[in-house]
Amino acid sequence: MIIQKPAVAGTVESSDALVSVEPGEGKIELTLTSSVMNQYGRQIKETVMETLKRLGVDSVKINIVDKGALDCTLKARVECAVFRSCDASEKDIPWGGAVS
Amino acid sequence: MIPRPKPERFRLRRTMIFMSAQKPGLIKDAYIYGVDSIMLDLEDAVAENQKDAARFSLYHALKTIDYGDTEVIVRINGLDTPHWQEDIRVCVAGGADGIRIAKCESAQDVKTVEAAVEAAEKEFGVEAGRTLLMAALESPKGILNAYEICSASDRMFGVAISGGDFRKCMQTKPTPDGIDMLVARGQMIMAARAAGVQCFDTVFTNLDDMAGYEAEVRQNKAMGFDGKSLINPKQIRLVHEIFAPTEKEIMQAEKIVRAYREQSAAGVGVFTVDGKMIDIAFIPGAERTLKLARACGLWEGNLV
Repeated sequence: MIIQKPAVAGTVESSDALVSVEPGEGKIELTLTSSVMNQYGRQIKETVMETLKRLGVDSVKINIVDKGALDCTLKARVECAVFRSCDASEKDIPWGGAVS
Repeated sequence: MIPRPKPERFRLRRTMIFMSAQKPGLIKDAYIYGVDSIMLDLEDAVAENQKDAARFSLYHALKTIDYGDTEVIVRINGLDTPHWQEDIRVCVAGGADGIRIAKCESAQDVKTVEAAVEAAEKEFGVEAGRTLLMAALESPKGILNAYEICSASDRMFGVAISGGDFRKCMQTKPTPDGIDMLVARGQMIMAARAAGVQCFDTVFTNLDDMAGYEAEVRQNKAMGFDGKSLINPKQIRLVHEIFAPTEKEIMQAEKIVRAYREQSAAGVGVFTVDGKMIDIAFIPGAERTLKLARACGLWEGNLV
């Protein structure tokens, strides 16, 4: 998927994450702040990179403010932000395909 | 990936708690409360501009979190919104046990949802007929059509009345004795029993009024409801206590079933147990008491 415009998903409530994406410059630029950075920083980055790969996103500026989200929540927020940036978040989502 | 067992159409559903599918903090550990069913909500608890986000969140929760024996139902948006079709796709793809149809008013509404569920089961390779349905009756029209709604599909396991919207339509307010909803509750229960499905009462929204809550739950049981919709974990225990058969009721039921089997084998149709007349009409009730007692963990016999 190609990031077409800035988009946001999630919140900064406990157990959630706020994910913002905007069009990139040919690569993935990830900035992460997390309340559990020392314990889970690496795992969060891995989950985000895997999710982007599954969605076929290879050019994006992505900013994540994590408040202790589980992996399943992180995935959901990243996917929602990416689909919103393409105006494609409302219907015909590939459940079980690129979203899995 | 957590493969959920095939949903049972008829199981113990004393308590059904609403949780916004958009709130990760709520849905990640909802199974710890010991509630019978969780109702993950895509409808009123989710703001209009977060419907998409809630679906992503719901999908991964269904696929990742082990809810164990807790049933997972999803409340989808009404058929008059642009959301319900995608709601159904995500429920089926995620493997939800059942779908609650909001603002259901006719058998046609059930059939419309059923057709979309069938299509989604095909699309996502889910066993045909796996996804159960229930309907929320929220208007006088829904209540008046309760029987046709209850019997509209083999997937239907029950109906629930939704007090907020219903009282709005009727221009009434909650009363301590429930007189405002007496006819609607009664009509819905009768329709559910006639169609052979379960019935669930509406939520009690004043969390500080535990006495009022208890009175309502007792009335629910007396009227014959199978369970109640809840909004807070602190409401769970009371329903389980009140809906459980008492020790005396269990002993009596056991006695009745035993006596009936002995007497009918000896060719006797009507007899007395502890001074009370018993005939075949009492047997289903006694058997149901024993099944409920077993489901509540209060009885370990094998009579039923």
